[in-house]
Amino acid sequence: MSETLLGVHDLIVKRGDQTVLQVGSLDIHEGEVLAVIGPNGAGKSTLLLVLARLLHPQAGEVIFRGSTIEHENDLIYRRRIALVLQEPLLMHQSVFDNVASGLRFRGLPRQVVRQRTDEWLKRLDILQLRNRPAHRLSGGEAQRTSLARAFVLQPELLLLDEPFSALDAPTRSRLLQDLHSLLSQTNITTVFITHDLDEALLLGDRVAVLLGGVLRQVGRPQDVFTAPSDGEVAAFVGVETVIAGKVSASHNGQISVVADGLQLEAVGDVPVGTQVLFCLRPEDITLSTAVSPAISSARNHLSGRIFRMTPSGPLVRVVIDCGLPVVALITRGSANEMKLAEGQAVTATFKATAVHLIPR
Amino acid sequence: MSADVVEITVLSLKVSLLATGISLFIGLPLGTWLALSQLRGRRFILSLINTGMALPPVVVGLFVAMTLWRSGPLGNLHLIYTPIAIIIAQTIIAAPVVTGLTASALQQLDPRLRLQILGLGASPIQMVISLWREARLPLLAALMAGFGSVISEVGASMMVGGNIRHQTRVLTTAIVLETGKGEFQNAIALSVLLLILAYMVNLGLTLIQQRGTR
Repeated sequence: MSETLLGVHDLIVKRGDQTVLQVGSLDIHEGEVLAVIGPNGAGKSTLLLVLARLLHPQAGEVIFRGSTIEHENDLIYRRRIALVLQEPLLMHQSVFDNVASGLRFRGLPRQVVRQRTDEWLKRLDILQLRNRPAHRLSGGEAQRTSLARAFVLQPELLLLDEPFSALDAPTRSRLLQDLHSLLSQTNITTVFITHDLDEALLLGDRVAVLLGGVLRQVGRPQDVFTAPSDGEVAAFVGVETVIAGKVSASHNGQISVVADGLQLEAVGDVPVGTQVLFCLRPEDITLSTAVSPAISSARNHLSGRIFRMTPSGPLVRVVIDCGLPVVALITRGSANEMKLAEGQAVTATFKATAVHLIPR
Repeated sequence: MSADVVEITVLSLKVSLLATGISLFIGLPLGTWLALSQLRGRRFILSLINTGMALPPVVVGLFVAMTLWRSGPLGNLHLIYTPIAIIIAQTIIAAPVVTGLTASALQQLDPRLRLQILGLGASPIQMVISLWREARLPLLAALMAGFGSVISEVGASMMVGGNIRHQTRVLTTAIVLETGKGEFQNAIALSVLLLILAYMVNLGLTLIQQRGTR
C-alpha cells in the first residue's frame, strides 16, 4: 500500500448540539482518487471543508504528510492543496484572471503565472475563451474554468465537491471523461465527492460511504458495491433486494438461509443460526416465464407475480412478489420479448455466488 | 461675489470629500467586519448602524456643537465654528451610510465564494480584497451615497460651522443665507452650482464603477 498523504482521526463536527459528522479514522493514500459517496445531507461537503481546513472540527485532527496541521499553519497547508466547489463560483473577471487567481495569491512572478495559466487553459480546452468575462460562460465552460483554476496550482491534494452535479448529462459525461484522463495523467491525490454512483465507479480507486454523518465503509469500489457492510450501505449502493433471514445450514462454504418460509442458497462461511441480511443486486437476477424457461445452473429459483414494472433509462425495474419483494433489472428488449406485464407469473433466478450475506 | 463663490465652492468640496474619505476609512473595514464575522451581537450592531444611516443632520449638529462648545468636553480644542468641526459632523453623518451599505454589499455575495477564494490559497487579507473587487459596484454606490448625504446637508454645517464668511461658509449654508435675505437669484445660482458639483463627483465615481462592465 502506498504512503498516507492525509489522515483524519476521531473527527467530530457539531452544529449547535447536533453532531453532523463523525469519522473515526480515514486515510487518503498518495496518488489515489478517493470517491466519497452518500445521499444529500450526509455530511460529505462538511468532510471536504474539514479536509480543506476551512472548517475547524470540535474534536479530531487532520494529519498531512505525517504532521498534525495546526491553526497557524492553515494558510501554508491551503497553498499546497486546491478546492473546487459544486458551483463554479467564478469572479467577475476574465477566464484568464480567474484561472490565474490562485497563482497570484501565492505571489508567483507574472511570467510564470501567464505561462502556467495558458498551459492549463489549453489542457482544459478553453484557451479560446481566455479573455471572455467569466459571467458570460456556459455551465460546462464555467466548470472547466473552475477545474483549470485548481489544476494550475499543481496541488498535492485536490478536493472536488460534486463539481458536475449542476451540468446537463452530455456536458457532464464529457467533463467526467476529461477529468478522468487528467487525474490519471497528473496522478494528483484527489478526494472526489459525489452522490452519483457512476461517477464514483469511474473515478474512484477507493470509495468511502458516508451516511447520516458517519463513515460506514471504505474500500475498493467492487467490494463496496458487491459486499456492502450493512443494510443501509447496501440500499445506497443499489443492492435493492435485502431480505432478513437466518442461516439454517452451512457446509463446505455452501449456506442455506431461511427467510419467510423460503429456502435460499448462498456461499460463504457463516455459522448456523446466525441472523443475516440476504443482499442481491437487481442486475444479478434473471427472469423466466412458463413460456420461456431459463436454462441456468443457478441454484436459487423463486416463483412469484410481477407486482410493478418501472422503466429506468434503457432498462426496466421489475418488482416481483415472491412472498417477499425481489427487484430485478432487465433490458427493455428482453421485457418485450418475454411479454412481461404486471400480474404475470415469473420465476426469478440467481446464483448463490451473487448473494452477499451481512451478519446482524 | 464671484471670488466668494469660488471660495465657498472649494470649501464645500474640500470638507465633504474629506468627510467622505474618513467615512470610507472607518466604514469599509467596519462594514466588512460586520458582514463577515459570526459574532453574536452582529445583527444588533447592524441595526444600530442602519438607524445611523437615517441620522438627522441637525441632531448630529447639536451633539457635535455641545461637545465642541467652549464649555463642552472638547471645548479646549477651540474647534467650534471651524471647518474641522464641519468635517467631524459630516463624518458622523456619512460613516454609518458607508458602513451599512458596505455590509449589505458584501452580504449579497454568495457566502461560499469566501470558502472558494480561501480554498485557492488566499490569505484572509487577499480574500477580503477579492471580495471588495467582486462587490465593487455596490461599494462605489455606498461611497456615492455617503458623499451625497454630506454635500447636501445644511443643518450640521450651520450649527457647528456657523456660516462665517471666508471661514466656514459652504454652499448649502450660503443658499440658506441668500434665501433668507430674499436674494433668490444668488440662491438659485448657488443651488445650480451645488447640483453641478454633486453631478461631477458622482459622474467620476460612476465611471470608475462601470469600468469593465458590459
